[in-house]
Amino acid sequence: MDVFFYIAAVVAIISTVMAISGRNAIHSLLYLILSLLAISVIFYLLSAPFIAALEVIIYAGAIMVLFIFVTMMLNIGLEREAEKKWLKPRMWIIPSILAVVLLVNLILALKNIKTISSDKEAILPKQVGISLFSTYLLGVEIAAILLMAGVIGAYHLGSQKKKVKHRFLEIK
Amino acid sequence: MKYAFIIAGVLFIALTIAAGLIWVERRLLSVWQDRLGPNRVGPFGLLQVVADTIKLFFKEDWVPPFSDRPVFVLAPGILMVTILLTFAVVPFGPDFYVFDSNIGILFFLGNSSLGVYSIVLGGWASNNKYSLIGAMRASAQMLTYEVFMGLSLMGVVMMADSFSFCKIVETQKGGWFFIPQFIGFIVFFIAGIAETHRLPFDIPEAEGELIAGYHSEYSGMKFGMFFVGEYLGITLISALISTLFFGGWLGPSFLPPVFWFLFKTFFFICVFILLRASLPRPRYDQLMELGWKILLPLSLLNLLITGAILIFLK
Repeated sequence: MDVFFYIAAVVAIISTVMAISGRNAIHSLLYLILSLLAISVIFYLLSAPFIAALEVIIYAGAIMVLFIFVTMMLNIGLEREAEKKWLKPRMWIIPSILAVVLLVNLILALKNIKTISSDKEAILPKQVGISLFSTYLLGVEIAAILLMAGVIGAYHLGSQKKKVKHRFLEIK
Repeated sequence: MKYAFIIAGVLFIALTIAAGLIWVERRLLSVWQDRLGPNRVGPFGLLQVVADTIKLFFKEDWVPPFSDRPVFVLAPGILMVTILLTFAVVPFGPDFYVFDSNIGILFFLGNSSLGVYSIVLGGWASNNKYSLIGAMRASAQMLTYEVFMGLSLMGVVMMADSFSFCKIVETQKGGWFFIPQFIGFIVFFIAGIAETHRLPFDIPEAEGELIAGYHSEYSGMKFGMFFVGEYLGITLISALISTLFFGGWLGPSFLPPVFWFLFKTFFFICVFILLRASLPRPRYDQLMELGWKILLPLSLLNLLITGAILIFLK
């Protein structure tokens, strides 16, 4: 099992690095999808098959399609020159220092944590559902309210346009 | 060793049916349109598929110089891989499945949502405006129909109390799910047509307006993979309809279970072809309206009613 974990982890790290450092927007997004798939494999190995499936369906399958959709619409696949101008090497200095501080912090924190074994019994969808609707009910309700706000906002934006049957049939 | 045989068997059945369907579809369409169809190559024209395949292999496999080469080559493969992977969780018979997972339906939904990339990336990498329009239509259409494709199956999941396909078939021994889940069945069927972008919902490739849309730059076996992928998609959706709503391999015992499964699947494949022969293509906005205004509320209502009745009966 450990071998699979390390393979998936290496794939996730490499593809994430490629996603950040690539200049072609669509290729970066493809690497990001690959990284999400690798993370889903890790979830599966940690005996959480339900979360693994949701990771694929929601993140890799729905949200990233929207990202690619927008990138296609704006046609920003190959603007290499412009991006070179925006990103000067000097800009990397402070974020890199801060990231190194965080990394050291993380490593020190991980040294004291107990390791999670992957041989636990799998957490089935039913258990996830039961704990969502009992222990974490408040979180579910808050997420629902957030989504409701999104729906109302989408309705408000969408209701502005008058419906036209066809541009030749339009009555002036 | 047993696993290897089953995997080989499933792959063989799926690919043979998908390739054979090209001939079946052309013959059936001709019957419904009062003509003969391909009947020259071999007995009843059966070798037409072989002839077509040989033709596809010998055609020049041209990658357009203006395309995004790696993505262009990758795109048709994604379609085949995602659909063939899903066949792994479909039970062909009581002991004839590759693996029975307790997240079976989610595995199918995940694969079908990854299948969108094939069409979207194929259209984008072609670097051609018609292909791009096709890709955009495909991504919007498939994202929309994915939402209630999942929701329409939740009624079945609630009744079977499991995401596993084998468990769902077992529970249907008391009665097939298409009677209590009739709304779910209709919504899943329509969403399945839209997911495989078959006629009447073939808006991404609409040859009248988009000259084959997302795959107009593809040639040779890359086109062949999109072509066979479409028939594999039909086979998969038909197999899932018969598994989830029509009892899968259940049937009278004078014939083996695998036969019943294949028989039901073939019946739904024929329905798919009949729909192609008889329905006109809707406009793009009509498709979206049907999805969001009719099918989504219907599937939510179905979910609510099924849940309420199940709690009431407990």
